Amino acid sequence: MTAVEDRPATAGPAKEVGQARARKEDARLITGRTAWTDNMVLPGMLHLAVVRSPVAHAKLLSVDVEAARSAPNVVAVFTGRDLAEEQGSIPCAWPVTDTMVNPGHPSVAVDEVNHVGEAVAVIVARSKTAAQDAVELVDVDYDPLPVVLDMEQALADGAALTHDHVSTNESFRWIFESGEAGTGGSTDEAFAGAEVVVSRRFVQQRLIPAFMEPRSTVVQPQGDNFTMWSSTQVPHILRIMLAMTTGIPEHKLRVIAPDVGGGFGGKLQVTPEEVLTLLVAKRLGKPVKWTETRSESLMSAHHGRDQVQFIDIAADRDGTVRGLKVHLLADMGAYLRLVTPGVPILGAFMFPAIYKFPAYRFDCQGVFTNKTPTDAYRGAGRPEATFAIERIMDELAVELGMDPLELRRKNWIRAEEFPFTTVAGLEYDSGDYEQATRQALELLGYDELREEQRRRRESGDPVQLGIGFSTFTEMCGLAPSRVLGSLSYGAGGWEHASIRMLPTGKVEVVTGSTPHGQGHETAWSQLVADELGVPFEDVEVLHGDTAISPRGMDTYGSRSLVVGGAAVVNAAQKVVAKARTVAAHLLEASEDDLQFEGGTFSVRGTPGSGVSIQEIALATFAAHNFPDGVEPSIDADATFDPVNFSFPHGTHVCAMEVDTETGMVTIRKYACVDDVGTIVNPLIVEGQIHGGLAQGIAQALYEEAVYDDDGNLTTGTFVDYLVPSAADLPHFDTGNTVHAAPGNPIGAKGVGEAGCIASTPAVVNAALDAVRHLGVSDILMPLTPERVWRALHQGGDGGDRAPAGTNAYGGAQTETTAGVSTPESRLGGDR
Amino acid sequence: MIPAAFDYARPTTVDEALQALAAGGEDAKVLAGGQSLIPVMRLRLAAPSMVVDLTRVTELRGVREEGGDDGALVIGAMTTHSDVVSDPLIAQHAPLIAQATETVADRQVRHRGTFGGALAHADPAGDLPAVALALDAEFVLAGPGGRRTVPAREFFVDYLTTALAEDELLVEVRVPKLAGQWGMHYEKFNRVAQAWSIVAVAAAVRREDGHIAEARIGLTNMGPTPLRATASEQALAGAVAGADAVAEAGPARRRGNLAQRRPQRQGRLPCASRPGAHPPGGQRSGRSPDVGVSRATRELVHRPGSRRRGVAGAARHRADRPLHARRRPGLGHR
Repeated sequence: MTAVEDRPATAGPAKEVGQARARKEDARLITGRTAWTDNMVLPGMLHLAVVRSPVAHAKLLSVDVEAARSAPNVVAVFTGRDLAEEQGSIPCAWPVTDTMVNPGHPSVAVDEVNHVGEAVAVIVARSKTAAQDAVELVDVDYDPLPVVLDMEQALADGAALTHDHVSTNESFRWIFESGEAGTGGSTDEAFAGAEVVVSRRFVQQRLIPAFMEPRSTVVQPQGDNFTMWSSTQVPHILRIMLAMTTGIPEHKLRVIAPDVGGGFGGKLQVTPEEVLTLLVAKRLGKPVKWTETRSESLMSAHHGRDQVQFIDIAADRDGTVRGLKVHLLADMGAYLRLVTPGVPILGAFMFPAIYKFPAYRFDCQGVFTNKTPTDAYRGAGRPEATFAIERIMDELAVELGMDPLELRRKNWIRAEEFPFTTVAGLEYDSGDYEQATRQALELLGYDELREEQRRRRESGDPVQLGIGFSTFTEMCGLAPSRVLGSLSYGAGGWEHASIRMLPTGKVEVVTGSTPHGQGHETAWSQLVADELGVPFEDVEVLHGDTAISPRGMDTYGSRSLVVGGAAVVNAAQKVVAKARTVAAHLLEASEDDLQFEGGTFSVRGTPGSGVSIQEIALATFAAHNFPDGVEPSIDADATFDPVNFSFPHGTHVCAMEVDTETGMVTIRKYACVDDVGTIVNPLIVEGQIHGGLAQGIAQALYEEAVYDDDGNLTTGTFVDYLVPSAADLPHFDTGNTVHAAPGNPIGAKGVGEAGCIASTPAVVNAALDAVRHLGVSDILMPLTPERVWRALHQGGDGGDRAPAGTNAYGGAQTETTAGVSTPESRLGGDR
Repeated sequence: MIPAAFDYARPTTVDEALQALAAGGEDAKVLAGGQSLIPVMRLRLAAPSMVVDLTRVTELRGVREEGGDDGALVIGAMTTHSDVVSDPLIAQHAPLIAQATETVADRQVRHRGTFGGALAHADPAGDLPAVALALDAEFVLAGPGGRRTVPAREFFVDYLTTALAEDELLVEVRVPKLAGQWGMHYEKFNRVAQAWSIVAVAAAVRREDGHIAEARIGLTNMGPTPLRATASEQALAGAVAGADAVAEAGPARRRGNLAQRRPQRQGRLPCASRPGAHPPGGQRSGRSPDVGVSRATRELVHRPGSRRRGVAGAARHRADRPLHARRRPGLGHR
């Protein structure tokens, strides 16, 4: 971690930006004594439970709810037919091509179910218990249809269809070719002239966001107005989308995201359950709450990743890269949700990464399968791209007999070349890959570990050591509205902030960037304390309520500080400008003669004169003595729309031990140096890097959503879906370089996704480096002991996971049957 | 999630508990620490008509000794994992139990979960059944007709199935004190700290004059019940205490170990423990017990004075953990 600079005592009050402030919001978030949605209790509130499909694809012949309807304390039961007229379709805001196929996404199934966990009826009862009991009384007659699970099979001729009423499993095909776009040469020509071509097929397994707070929604009707509390990342987007989906006018709808316990993209959504809770409250005229169980969450909240990546890289023998071809199959799941098709397209621009490819082709097919829809998950498209490029660079290095770092160094953009326009057409803002790499190697103790690796190889140690790199960049700070428009995204990427100066001198900051655990309240307070010269403690940050924060685009894509924080700074500067006019009046001086320092306006060269901005706030409230023609307010707001993305980068290095006898892999050491631009709060940055690393390492080593042949999610509990805890992760040696982002007044680049994007390929590259001399060139993620063992002792990539697990608690079943797939284990589950 | 409705009894004595169990009929379930029962009830995979909660039966808690040096430890069935880990008698006479218990799930689970509950649940992936088997523990069962004692070898009948009758309770477990110079070790392979074992091995070895006088090896999650690696035990007995003996006793004896199972299962190698989902043993070569047996026993024969490690050695336990476990973060060694 970069040390916070010591300030000389004479320099006046320390700047807040750069201080490792403990987070204001943590005490209430960690103890849970706060306004989580599920903590809401309203008079007369009813409880909703969702009846979910146990089959992946079927016609609904009948949904018999009579027994449930007459169960004790049940108030109402609704099926898809009951709500068909008003439920509309869950919106997809990113139609990536003009011809994209969108089958429509009912919140509760009407005629057909298309994945296990899809809603088929909702129970409304006076207690949660009564609602849950009645779920079992709903009798649904399913007429099974063929189940589509595998993307490659789904695209084959004569494949069964995911949706009975849609004639294809391909949602869209999206192609970028640098030769045609004018951002580079023709890819085919580049490949034709290259001396070496390496081709690989990588699999991005399906992951589950697994946020800590399960989703919850409460709706209170008041006349023809509705207030919704929801555990969402995007209250502003949700409000607009619910208005468009349900026909409830936007101005009659208020959406509140109270404290929200994590999202990782998993709550960047308009969910069926939010629509259903709203419709039920509207029908019954009473407050209604829905809160999911963890099992429901894992099964029905959207998943992430799930791509098959065909990567070809062309180079000369000396290591100079000539071209890159990417063919992606991206699993949409059964439906298109908010940005489902856009996720792989967000990755489209990142495959060339930090390397100077002269030619690039990207070809992506979105594929429907009878599984839970996919959508944003921390990094959304960029981790997939980073994994592919960083893995193929290692494969190319092996093919060329080059050191993997030398190959990277030979091809990466040099510090003096910024700003640099890539073959994908992006203009990278700033950075120094060499500097970050040098620092990371020092942190790791690289030379020593390479020496140990050599010793272990020579002695044939059963525990082998490997070192893997990921020299990554990402585009974040979503983002320039015009660029989003050019990609057919349904909204802009600006952010809004306003600042209210209260009579007592305290400050309310209203941000449109809604936090769900990131620490906005702390970081924004630091920004405003510096801009206004007021104490950190005097700033309160308001967010997450469309009635309090009327304009906003919320939090995702590492955008909050870069876009939302910039809006806050701009608004604060407007406040200072307004206050300057008042100060000039009060001090009977010209505005031009005033200086503003440490929160006080004073007349240059006149010591002792001065009025603080907090005093001006009171003077403005009273408005007794105000300049003529000036409105009595120094409040201000600002909307910021950057002209470019920001491009954090970094070098991540992992040292991995692989036990060749058991297949167990253990991270020996992990070092990373990230450049996220200006750091507002080093503690928050460190926390974001740690959390990101945990999730990126989890993809490499632990997590995988596995479906059986019938389309049942067999990793449906945390017994089967292994989310690592602190006990399973190594110490992280982290550092920073700082190249300020030129595109925003703070100079920040964004940090929310960096660790998650960068770490996965470093970990896998490290494991392969440990065993490549034993004949292993790929192992599918996650690197389970059994896969590693099989790759070592039987060759291949370790094989698919066995689908015949259980979604029940079951101890022994977990590892024994959700291990590697064998003919015998492919039983299609045991339920 | 919310369980289906059930009747509930909270007795304060064993006799009351037995009466409640009898009154509850065949759908009654005993609640000890609830770490297995509550999840399956919440998922509605189990819907007992009656739950008999033993948490107030204080006579079932605690550890005591019986007899002298050749006597036994008596561990009450409702003693929590957490109490087992910190119990001085267990540390003195059966440190293997404390070591294995320390690897059970996480701290929260260890504060609720109980020694007897874990054994009566008989999950072959659980850590304690193999330990009880390796230590030749005896299970004291109370029923309407009085008490009976069942040796560990007969207690574990099948997957999640024990010798307990429907109207019986496991009240205590008697673990013979081991006389002589014993070393003990529990070697566990799991992917994350809170996960069940893929496999694990409980080993206890008695040394005499530089030789292995006696070895006991229990296997976790290699069959529907915990198993004893009898062939490896026999191979070790009498051998010079050293790496060679251990290397020999692991792989070479594998088939022999597996043939020790009950007759109706003979010929089937250890495999998935769920009925109906058994891949044949050949598919499970990645989970052979060889490495675990070798490592668990290797730890012992190389470690001087490992007998009677005190509780003060909680930290030492950790330092003594096998290779992969030792490299875990948070244990302060790196």
